[in-house]
Amino acid sequence: MPIFEIVFYAFSLVMLGAAVMVITVRNPVYAALFLVLTFFSAAAVWMLLEVEFLAIILILVYVGAVMVLFLFVVMMLDINVDPLKEGFVRYLPAGIIVALLMAGELLMVVWSKGRFEAGSYPLPAPNPQGYSNTKEVGEVLFTQYLLPFEVAGVILLVAIIAAVALTLRQRPAVHRQNPSLQVRVRRDERIRLVKMKPDSRQDS
Amino acid sequence: MTRMDFLLIAPELWILTMTCVILIVDLYIKEERRGIVHLLGMVTLIFAAIITLRGDFGIDGTNSALAFNGTFIRDQMGDVLKLFSYLVLAIVFIYAKFCLREFRMFRSDFYTLTLEALLGIMLLISANNLVMVYLGLELLALSSYTLVAYDRESKMGSEAAMKYFVLGSMASGMLLYGMSMIYGATGSLDLQEVAAAVGNLSGDNYLLVFGLVFLVVGLAFKLGVVPFHMWIPDVYQGAPVAITLFIASVPKMAAFAMAFRLLQTGLGELHTDWSQMISILAALSIVLGNLAAIAQTNIKRMLAYSTISHMGFVLMGLLPGTASGFGAGMFYVIVYSMMSAAAFGMVILLSARGVEAEKIDDFKGLNQRNSWYAAVMAMVMFSMAGVPVFVGFFAKWLVIAAALETGLVWLAILAVVFSVVGAFYYLRIVKLMYFDEPVTESEINAPVDFRAAISLNGIMMIGLGIFSSSLIAVCMASFGA
Repeated sequence: MPIFEIVFYAFSLVMLGAAVMVITVRNPVYAALFLVLTFFSAAAVWMLLEVEFLAIILILVYVGAVMVLFLFVVMMLDINVDPLKEGFVRYLPAGIIVALLMAGELLMVVWSKGRFEAGSYPLPAPNPQGYSNTKEVGEVLFTQYLLPFEVAGVILLVAIIAAVALTLRQRPAVHRQNPSLQVRVRRDERIRLVKMKPDSRQDS
Repeated sequence: MTRMDFLLIAPELWILTMTCVILIVDLYIKEERRGIVHLLGMVTLIFAAIITLRGDFGIDGTNSALAFNGTFIRDQMGDVLKLFSYLVLAIVFIYAKFCLREFRMFRSDFYTLTLEALLGIMLLISANNLVMVYLGLELLALSSYTLVAYDRESKMGSEAAMKYFVLGSMASGMLLYGMSMIYGATGSLDLQEVAAAVGNLSGDNYLLVFGLVFLVVGLAFKLGVVPFHMWIPDVYQGAPVAITLFIASVPKMAAFAMAFRLLQTGLGELHTDWSQMISILAALSIVLGNLAAIAQTNIKRMLAYSTISHMGFVLMGLLPGTASGFGAGMFYVIVYSMMSAAAFGMVILLSARGVEAEKIDDFKGLNQRNSWYAAVMAMVMFSMAGVPVFVGFFAKWLVIAAALETGLVWLAILAVVFSVVGAFYYLRIVKLMYFDEPVTESEINAPVDFRAAISLNGIMMIGLGIFSSSLIAVCMASFGA
């Protein structure tokens, strides 16, 4: 079925192109938007493999939440990225050597016999009708991978503690409202009654 | 899920529960009564030790028990390392309480975060699945990053935390990449199944070795061995000394367990491949760690470089891939965490009124100020240098024997030569303490629990040395040797 291949190659090419743009464009907002495009294409490729749940989660979590936060921070902080790129030329030779070495090793692995040849990973059989991705994921998540799932929850707890520990601070100089004290205030704390003698008016 | 699963993981559940309890209790106590948090922390550790010891699951050096579909393993190595983690963390708590009070940083975050880190350490020690290894590691790492930035006013602390975070995340990325390769090649995340699949694999296994390389890189980052050691000196120096004390002691045991699980349990079949990489890492660490430590005038930095060289020695224990080798590595790492705790404890002791005793010169003439503390520090330094009778000597002896067993004579000779080089900077501290005039005459004050802990910790250096055979036997038996 050529439509499968066409869709796959189209989205893969868009994904690769967008990924390259993420690291090459100068404007961080554009980079973030290209990253969104990359995630979308990846989600589309996943759809081809009939893993709808993961594809939708990718869009919901990464595009919907993470990237929006990203854009928010980039726009809020107005970071000038040019000084960050100053060392680029200086570190370029070392970077290129490492990159070439890694690329060479990767190619050796990819082209080594038997692993990534065409046909060594056949397409999975299409799922039967009524097959629920979400249900399948849920089933292994709460049986086979229960412990890792719970530990991931503990990691989130640590993240909360860390965020509070690093940012919560009491500054003595800051004036704050204390509603409980405000409510409990008594009349004589606010009003001072002063007895004065009535003036005798002089102009009449 | 049966009752057995929960019994096996009971120590971890206890620690997690108590962390949450401390988190809530702290909301309801006044600032001046915060000692309660410390007390709760100590109680947590003591009961964790009791729970770990009480469980009888027929575990010995060769038998282990699996829980939660094989994601969690209880074996003797894990139990012994966990018990020593509790012990060292208890010592850390005692030292840190004094230090944090002195620096006006005594908050309950320290206890919750270190206990969460301990949970990460325990899960890492007991991980039997690539996902669990990663999650345990992240739990430990996230808590450590936050702890390094514990002093919010300190610029160096924030910088160190940032460096630690960026490099640590990169290491985690490497580790994950390696794990994905191994999963791709073997089709399983379970370490035993990975081992079985590797054994059945025929032909060239480029993909596996490629994954292994990334795994070793990630491991080396976490252990802090050359050439992936850059973060160690900056983090040790930048973090408040109470935090450095923690980072330099307990997590090392987890790193050793992680190396054992990944390299031996999972990829034992690839022993020839990884032992080459490990031997290079070990040799570089021993050389660079010991040479760079000589040039340091800051004691935290000096101890950081000494950590790097000690981790090189620990790696030597992994080299032969035999039970006795792993036993030697385990003994070394346990001994090292105790030595490290004692050394940083002494730095805390000399720090006074919000100024850390960072300079080596702060140790000048300690003998005239207080001869017992000088003796404790001398014992720690002798032990680190590997002087006979002290426990550090036996640790070094065993790992060098392990290297010889592998036939790596050059590495053994290198290790001995650089131990001698290393002895220079350890003994320099001893010389400063005994033969130089003190720079200040101020009294050294510490609460009674601190004095007891540091004295005990110092005596352990020689006591464990004289009676080293029992601990060595326990370590060896953990691997069935």
